[in-house]
This record gives sequence, C-alpha cells and structure tokens, in this order.
Amino acid sequence: MEEYFSPGHTACAGCGMPIVIRHALDVIGKDVIVVNATSCLEIVSSAYPKSAWGVPYIHSLFENSGAIAAGAVASLRVQGNDHTKLVIFAGDGSTYDIGFGVLSGMLERNDDVLYICYDNEAYMNTGNQRSGSTPFGAATTTSPAGKVKHGKTQWKKPIAEIVAAHKIPYVATASIGYMADFENKVRKAKDLKGARFILVLSPCVTGWNYDSAKTIELAKLAVDTGLWMLYEIEDGKFKLSHRPQQFKAVADYLRMQSRFKHLNEDEIKFIQEHVNKTWAEMK
Amino acid sequence: MVRKTVESSIAIAEAVKNCEPDVVACYPITPSTHIAETLAKFYADGELKNFIATESEFASISCICGASAAGGRAFSTTSSQGLALMHEVVYAAAGMRLPVVMVVGNRALSAPLNIWCDHQDSIAERDSGWIQLYCESSQEGVDSAIQAFKIAESTMLPTMVGVDGFYLTHTVEPLDIPTMEEVRKFLPKFQPQVRLDPENPISMGEYALPDTYQSFREDVHKDNLAAKSRIVEVDKEFEQMFGRGHGGLAQGYKSDDADYVFLAMGSVIGNAKEAVDELRAKGKKVGVVKIRSFRPFPEEEVRKLLEGKKHVAVFEKSYSMGSFAPVYADVINSLYSLKKRPVVSSFIGGLGGKDVPVKTVLEIFKTIRKREHMRIWV
Amino acid sequence: MKLPIANPRTSRENKTGDWRSFKPITDTAKCIKCGTCVSVCPEGCISGVDVKKSLQEREFPKTDYDYCKGCGICANECPVKCIKMVQEEK
Repeated sequence: MEEYFSPGHTACAGCGMPIVIRHALDVIGKDVIVVNATSCLEIVSSAYPKSAWGVPYIHSLFENSGAIAAGAVASLRVQGNDHTKLVIFAGDGSTYDIGFGVLSGMLERNDDVLYICYDNEAYMNTGNQRSGSTPFGAATTTSPAGKVKHGKTQWKKPIAEIVAAHKIPYVATASIGYMADFENKVRKAKDLKGARFILVLSPCVTGWNYDSAKTIELAKLAVDTGLWMLYEIEDGKFKLSHRPQQFKAVADYLRMQSRFKHLNEDEIKFIQEHVNKTWAEMK
Repeated sequence: MVRKTVESSIAIAEAVKNCEPDVVACYPITPSTHIAETLAKFYADGELKNFIATESEFASISCICGASAAGGRAFSTTSSQGLALMHEVVYAAAGMRLPVVMVVGNRALSAPLNIWCDHQDSIAERDSGWIQLYCESSQEGVDSAIQAFKIAESTMLPTMVGVDGFYLTHTVEPLDIPTMEEVRKFLPKFQPQVRLDPENPISMGEYALPDTYQSFREDVHKDNLAAKSRIVEVDKEFEQMFGRGHGGLAQGYKSDDADYVFLAMGSVIGNAKEAVDELRAKGKKVGVVKIRSFRPFPEEEVRKLLEGKKHVAVFEKSYSMGSFAPVYADVINSLYSLKKRPVVSSFIGGLGGKDVPVKTVLEIFKTIRKREHMRIWV
Repeated sequence: MKLPIANPRTSRENKTGDWRSFKPITDTAKCIKCGTCVSVCPEGCISGVDVKKSLQEREFPKTDYDYCKGCGICANECPVKCIKMVQEEK
C-alpha cells in the first residue's frame, strides 16, 4: 500500500491530526493534490528540506487555502486533467476564523474541492489560543480560567451548519473515534462534484491536556456524550449518522481534560442541559 | 495586430486574453475594474479559459497562485486597497517563485480614501521580489502585459505591470493589439520547472528554519537582479516582432547632451517629453530619463544616463513618510559610486491624482537651474 | 533558483523513535490480528495485519521503533489488551 503521509513528522505523541490525515488519504488515494493552511499539520509535515507528504502538496498561507485550491482545480481542469482531486486540510483556526471569508467564497462558487477541517478546538500551532471552535467553558491561553471569567464564554461556532447554509452538495461531521463512519464519509465525498466539507474532531494531547493514549477514546466519548453530533447534510437533506443508545454523562468527557478542570458542578450541569436540549430538539 | 480605438483597459484585457492564460481571477476595484469586466465578458463568450470572480483581492491573488502552482498561466488585476489587501500573498508568490502576472491600475492608498492615480500602491510592494514595470502610455500597457508573461515565466518571478489609474486605464485612443496568433509566436507555452503533479509529488511552500530562510530571500534578490537582462531581451524581441519597444529598463529622451534632467516613471513622462521639446526649441539643454523597470532597479543604466549632468530632478508619485522618496533613493544609490555626481533633487507630486501638467514640469526645470539640493512637494 | 520545496516522504529521515519513554510490546499469543493498532497509530508506523487479507494470511503487527513516539494509543485501543507500554531503559 502506498504511503501518502510518512512517519518522521513532528506531531506530538498521540496527536489526533495525523490519524485524520492518514485515513483520509488512504480513502482518497494517490490522484490528489493537497492544499494545507498554516497549521500544526503544515509545520510538523513540511519543514525544509523534508516532507512527510507522499502526494503533491502546497502550503501557502493561513487563511487562503480555499482560494489556492479553487485556482489549482480551475488550472488543472482547463489543462485537460479532469480526474485529480483537490483536497484541503485545514485546522479550525483557518476554517472558523481567519479563513472564513475565503471558505465562504469557495462555497458560494461551489468550487470542486473537498475541504476537510481537522478540529482541535483552538489555535494549537501557536500554543493553544481560543478559536471560534473552542467549546463553551474551555480554558485556552486567550480564554483562561481566571477569577472572573471561567474559560471561553461563548459557544462553539456552528460551522457545519453555516457551511451547509451555502447549499453545497455535501457536508458531514465526523470523529476519529468512529473511524469507519469517517472513512465512509470521505469515500462518499471524494467522488462527488462541487464543494464538499467534512468537519472531523481531532483531539489534541498538548492543548486539551490528557493522557496521550486516550486520543481515540476521547474522540469516541465526545460522540457518546452527545457533545459531538455525527451527521450528513447531502443536497440539503439532514441525516443523523449515529444516535447514542444511552448517552454518557458530559462530565465523563470534560473531567478527562485539563482544559475543563476549572468547571464547577453548576457549569458542567449547564453544559449537560445544553446538550440535552440540542438532542431533544432533534426529531 | 489589430488597431482599435478603444478604452485602454479593454485593450489591455484583450492583450491578456491573447496570451491565453489558464486562470484569471479578479476582484473589482477602481480604476482597474474595466480590465476585470472585459476579461469576464471574454470568458462568458467562450474566449477565455477561466474567469473566477472571487470574494476579495486576497482571494484572487491566492487563486492565481494555486493555478500557477498547478502548472497554469495565471493573471489578475487590481489597484490600491486591493493590492494592499494582497500584501501577504504578494510576498508568498515571490518566495514560492510563482510566475503570475498582475496589471496594477496605480491608485492612491487610503486614508483618506482616493480613487485617483499615484504609485503608492505598487511602491509599497517594492521589497517583495516581484518584477515591477511602469508604463508611460496605454500602448506600453498593452505591450508590457504581454511581455510580462514572457519575463515572469523565464525568470520564475511574479511580475507587476503598473498603468497609471485613469490616465492609462480609462483614456480612449487608437491602440495596436497583437492577435492571439501573433502572441503565440512571441510567447512560448508555460513550462514550469516544478508543479503539483500526482505523478511527481513534491511539497511546495515549505517552512524554513533560521539556518535556511535567509538563503531563500537572498536567492530571490539575486534572481531579481539577474532579470535585468531578460527584461531588455524580451523588449527587444517584442520590438523585432511588433515594431516597437519601450526602452528596456530605462531610457533617455534628448538626455545625451542635457545638463538638466527630469527623471520619472509612468504617464507623467508624456508631459515631461512635451516640456523638454518646448524648452529645447528655446535652446535649453534639457532631457528626460524614463525608468521603466523599477524592480530590478537599473543602477548601471541610470549611472550612464545621468553621469555628467548638472542637476537631476527625480519626480515621483509616492513617498516613504518620515524619510525619503523611493525612486529618488534608488537614483542616489545608483550614483553613489561616481566620483563626480550630479546634484539630485527630489520632487514629490501627483498624489491622489493631483494634476501634473506640462506647466509643472517646466516649473521644475526652472527650479533646478539653482544648483542646490532640494526636496519639494509640488 | 532556490525553491522552498521538498521531495516526498523525506520526513522518514527523521527518526522520532528517540522521543519515547514508553515502548509498546505486543503479545502475539493474544493478538487477534484485528488491525486496530495499525489503524489508530498517529505515526502510521505499525505494519502488517493487512485487513484485506483473510485472517490466516494476515501477519502479526510489527511496530517500527525508529518512529514510535510511545503515545500508547495502540495499547489503549487494543480490544484484547495485548499491548503493554513498557518503560524504556536508558
């Protein structure tokens, strides 16, 4: 089997992101061009003069991967190549925040690009600053748990819904805790045309601060508590991928990570109620 | 060639179309909007391979970088705030050696907001490593746009062609536009050294640690300098094929035996030549030096053109606030090694579209008869 | 012309195995060749266990200790807990 993403990269031990990349590329295959925003992924995989990538790869800037990919795919198609896939790997920082406008432009034009956002819920590359993706209550260096403020005071930006509102052919959420589901979604998305978006939860050992062996376990627990919903929106139709038979307590997930350790019982209850309400409103 | 009496933006767009770019991505901004609109119409009529109407200038230059990295010939156009918004990508394009071409309708930078001509926008990008050409006339705009692809693709340096906003974008005059067949004979197919290709998967846009970064920047600088000969060659090749050149890197007009010289870039050269003709008719020994290539800056040519002169007025439509005028600084740098240097004075004007008529040039020539060094905002 | 580019898979020159303090040891007597460890390893440095092959044809997982960072995910996820994280000796 071809190696599309090699070891020797400098991601932290236990990082979720290379797991995302390896599985996505194994499904997508060799005939691909990867566009990567500035991120942990870019830094750990493409330090001159080496590269972990076994497929053609371009890193440009932090916030323009949507436009780079749009230009690259237009260039390929007009040169007679109608088969090579364009895939973006970008973190939540680039996707939710600084590259949001460029992403929206790409979606509005329905550029033939598969955008995969690996979401570790903060600007991890620069040392764990809060992003639009950081969940309510999480402590980061720019949303610290202090005497007055207890971590991030805003909720997570509903990026998948915002992307879906652009009415692109395919939007999905995924988690590396449910690998087959993630791979199936990549498999489905890769063969569709137009703009496609997959948001995949990617736990961060260093930023979330937990035992490095628990990355997959945490990614699964996020789904099992109902905090991370797995679904697809294909041509505007919502389809839930998984409803936990018995929801685990949100506290189980939060207590495993130091970024939530400052939360008191009331705050955890508040988050639990929010999750309960979200699922109750689902028909 | 086809001769058309048409707005210069339209002619420039047609010239670009005839270069058969693979991807054109634009965002509209006065005064380069008409170039974008004309290209969009060509695309809608099936005459242009791709036109991406992006959501910002930041996206349009990023699009063309992606297109170029994927092996395509790519073009965009912008002005002023748009170019300023592109700043980050301008540096990335040069550092990644992507030979994209951009026509800049030179316009003032905010604040205050102003839509009219000056050079502050492209001058602000002068340190990036891009090749920068400044055009004297609309015809030169048309021709330099075509030449830019050849220069960029053979030097692997992105190339900017400055056309003064409104003066060289909106004026209407008879212009000769090379046809697609003629351009095909002049411009070879784009053959990139490296490209994004699954059959040969390389990684582009690596990150460089302190031990290697500087060598990349030095390399861009060296190759930018080396581009001087290419700019001259391409202009000569163009002249051979189409019957007109535009002065290579820099060109004198009645400057050989001149004592007093007016040096500048852009459309003001036209008025300068008229002023010189008027003064020459009265027996005054005056001349013009036109800088066409600002980056790379033609140090040797400027030395040759200005050596022995009594007083040189460097006129420009930009400034480095708190210090010096950029073209002036490049000129005095070029002359530094001369044992006997002319007096060089700095004149700043035309900002925000402020008119620089023949009268102003005549006044500058009168002012520099005093052989003392001066820095004056006109 | 110096380009900020790199050849593919050259990261392999960087042996990250020296990062680890704990080393995963697989007990092949208990291993059921499910391929979970291969799947979950962030480095992709466990080979063997080609799940496309039949169970009899599959090889046991083999960890490439040149790259294993000792994160412990394989041990944590193994359904039969046949991987032990053993402290590295100096």
